[in-house]
Amino acid sequence: MAVCIAVIAKENYPLYIRSVPTENELKFHYTVHTSLDVVDEKISAMGKALVDQRELYLGLLYPTEDYKVYGYVTNSKVKFVMVVDSSNTALRDNEIRSMFRKLHNSYTDIMCNPFYNPGDRIHSRAFDNTVTSMMMQVC
Amino acid sequence: MEGLTLSEAEQRYYCDLFSYCDTESTKKVASNGRVLELFRAAQLPNDVVMQIMELCGATRLGYFGRSQFYIALKLVAVAQSGLPLRVESLNTVKDLPLPRFVVSKNEQESRHTALYSSDADNPASYSGVIPPPPGRIQVKKGSVSHDAVQQRTSTDQQESTSPVVSPQQSPPTSPHTWRKHNRHPSGGNNERPLAGPGPFWAPFSEAQPGSSTASDPIWSGHSPPPHQENWVSFADTPPTSALLAMHPASVQDQTTVRTVASATTANEIRRQSSSYDDPWKITDEQRQYYVNQFKTIQPDLNGFIPGSAAKEFFTKSKLPILELSHIWELSDFDKDGALTLDEFCAAFHLVVARKNGYDLPEKLPESLMPKLIDLEDSAEAGEQTAEVGYASSPAEAPPSKSPSMPSLNQTWPELNQSSEQWETFSERSSSSQTLTQFDSNIAPADPDTAIVHPVPIRMTPSKIHMQEMELKRTGSDHANPTSPLLVKPADLPEENKMSSSVKYTAGNTVTDGYSSSDSYTSDPEQIGSTVTRQRSHSGTSPDNTAPPPPPPRPHQSHSRSSSLDLNRSFSVTPGSYTVFLVYVLFGPGPHVHRPVDAEGLIAHTSTSPQQIPEQPNFADFSQFEAFAVSGVSKEDDDEIETHSESLQVEKSSDSASSLRVAKADGRVEDKAPASVPTSGKGTTPLAPPPKPLRRRLKSEDELRPEAEEHTQKTGVIAAVLASQPSIPRSVGKDKKAIQASIRRNKETNTVLARLNSELQQQLKDVLEERISLEVQLEQLRPFSHL
Repeated sequence: MAVCIAVIAKENYPLYIRSVPTENELKFHYTVHTSLDVVDEKISAMGKALVDQRELYLGLLYPTEDYKVYGYVTNSKVKFVMVVDSSNTALRDNEIRSMFRKLHNSYTDIMCNPFYNPGDRIHSRAFDNTVTSMMMQVC
Repeated sequence: MEGLTLSEAEQRYYCDLFSYCDTESTKKVASNGRVLELFRAAQLPNDVVMQIMELCGATRLGYFGRSQFYIALKLVAVAQSGLPLRVESLNTVKDLPLPRFVVSKNEQESRHTALYSSDADNPASYSGVIPPPPGRIQVKKGSVSHDAVQQRTSTDQQESTSPVVSPQQSPPTSPHTWRKHNRHPSGGNNERPLAGPGPFWAPFSEAQPGSSTASDPIWSGHSPPPHQENWVSFADTPPTSALLAMHPASVQDQTTVRTVASATTANEIRRQSSSYDDPWKITDEQRQYYVNQFKTIQPDLNGFIPGSAAKEFFTKSKLPILELSHIWELSDFDKDGALTLDEFCAAFHLVVARKNGYDLPEKLPESLMPKLIDLEDSAEAGEQTAEVGYASSPAEAPPSKSPSMPSLNQTWPELNQSSEQWETFSERSSSSQTLTQFDSNIAPADPDTAIVHPVPIRMTPSKIHMQEMELKRTGSDHANPTSPLLVKPADLPEENKMSSSVKYTAGNTVTDGYSSSDSYTSDPEQIGSTVTRQRSHSGTSPDNTAPPPPPPRPHQSHSRSSSLDLNRSFSVTPGSYTVFLVYVLFGPGPHVHRPVDAEGLIAHTSTSPQQIPEQPNFADFSQFEAFAVSGVSKEDDDEIETHSESLQVEKSSDSASSLRVAKADGRVEDKAPASVPTSGKGTTPLAPPPKPLRRRLKSEDELRPEAEEHTQKTGVIAAVLASQPSIPRSVGKDKKAIQASIRRNKETNTVLARLNSELQQQLKDVLEERISLEVQLEQLRPFSHL
């Protein structure tokens, strides 16, 4: 369903980014990068110390003609950005939320791995599987 | 191909190798895969291998027969000793050492060689084989067993003495040494069936099957020590070689060698023992070793090893961090950042496997999955079954991490489901609950249906009637089912009688109405059908009384259901039947009227569904009474009694009867003039009985303006009906009863089906609305976000 999924660290560098290979990946990378501004804007607007699940989900960051960008931020300021194809109109907000939740769970699993140093790029196969499952629908 | 002469040692060795390659146990052909592996293990250049294959004739034949295989092996030996490959050399070269195969085979070979040849050769061969990566063979950490100590020393000796004879040993070689040891004791076990399925087996093959069996006990002692050694000092020299040297005579030596061997060898052992079924199984000794290692970090076997400690421990294995990370992902089943004993064993096993050159699986093999709940199992040492046991992972187990849910006997490929399984664990349980709920729902439904059965709803042609019937049904007592049933049969004949009589008298096409006497369910069609039956009954036998609650025969139009319904309604049901009765009463009359009246009646009757059926009952009862009074021959006293009962019941229930009466009267009136003349039989005698009925009806009549008429009609109808029932009733009563019930059921079925379809339609409509609303919401939503 998603065209591109990215995990951005607190310092705004990517920990993991993956797109559907058929598309121009660079375009998605750029999109994700620009969406970080919106994320920051939303975070600051939210105030501080908001740990609600709802606030973790930022919702639609901005839509373009071809796709929509959704954002999600964790408590540790790690951001998930998901680019979804606009033609896929059937996607509901709840589905996006559930996808982010899954991503968050997978990310947590990675964190539990003592061999993973926070700030490293993510190479986990389990995480890859999760992301792949979310991106499968896009052809 | 010239004849091949082999020395005894060679013969045995080749035989063993052949059986190793003979994966299909054909005893004739060695599988090409194995043979190729063997040749690869010989570490000869590819062209040499090709040449060998050509020479031995396998390329010609396309497979390796025994002779080809032997020739090939000999050629390998020739090649390895540096001699040019020639067919002649097969027999000319006398003192050719046995071919050496590096991977596993090598060791096997070397062991073999040791076995067959002098001990002196062994050390050399072993040593050649042995030098597994230094990391593997470690100084034994804390002697788990004296064997280990001995082994170490021996290995050390061996190490020192043994130059690297065999070609570059890859890490896995140490396992080979193990294997060789295995072979020693098993010497002649070379024919062991090769069971190795997984990649592990390929190298180990030969030695494993047999050796594992033989060596398992021996191995057990050994595996732990090597591990310790490995882990503790990764950089020690491999003691295996020394161990190997020792083995010849004693199993003990072998074991020692093995233990010293190193983690890899231990792995081999493990693999060997577990190879038969599952390359990932952990053998007892391995498990014991792991447990011991676990204890060093965490004395409490039921406790956890924190991630950091585990990280340090496994970092010693010198595997790349990426791989360790993956191993962690696989083995930390519950994703809690800590390792239980089972998880630790699985991780350790994976590390060992990886060090031996086996690729890490994508998903945790079943045999390595920890058993979640039983910590005791973890405490049990050397239980392969324990390792095989599947963890009943907790519902919250992290998704995506471990491969399959413990549940099951899933093969590796199935492990993919784990994530969904994990996440849906609770859902599954809830679904089961829902299932049970369904079951409970079903149960009550059954009694309803059962109850429905007897209820003769056959009400008027209108649906309302059916609905009322249903209501009645649902509300009716379960106790009553029987009575209605009883009543029904009584009604049936009565109805028949009545209907027939009515029809006769009325001369109408009563068909619609009482034909359904058998089935008191309310279907206008049925009514028609019953009429015919009733005609048959028309022998105006008062006997008809007995079983079925006599549908108001007079209401021949409604007859079929009505009569029975009446009885039942009186006895059991609420007012819905009254409407029925009304219909029934009207039955014989003009059909058009009937439905109209019936509906009207129904509308009136909203109060008591029973009324409708009661009406017919009334009619029937009256008839019956009349018959009884008239002394018409009745075949069955029972019928009469039942009829009388029904009549009494009718009388008792006033509420419904009014409506019925009204309707019935109406009908009766219509028919009366016609019926009177026609029903010759019991008309006269019926006359008195109807009167009381009529009176009854009248009394009950509350709402109907037509009550009077109806009463009259009912009386007439009753009379008619009474006249009609004839003798055969008793005979065909049962059949009719059954048929009536069948019809009734069918009617109810159709009604229910109609209701169902209507509800479904409503549901669809609602869903469509919902979808449209959601679409609108979606359209509006983005804007709200921005």
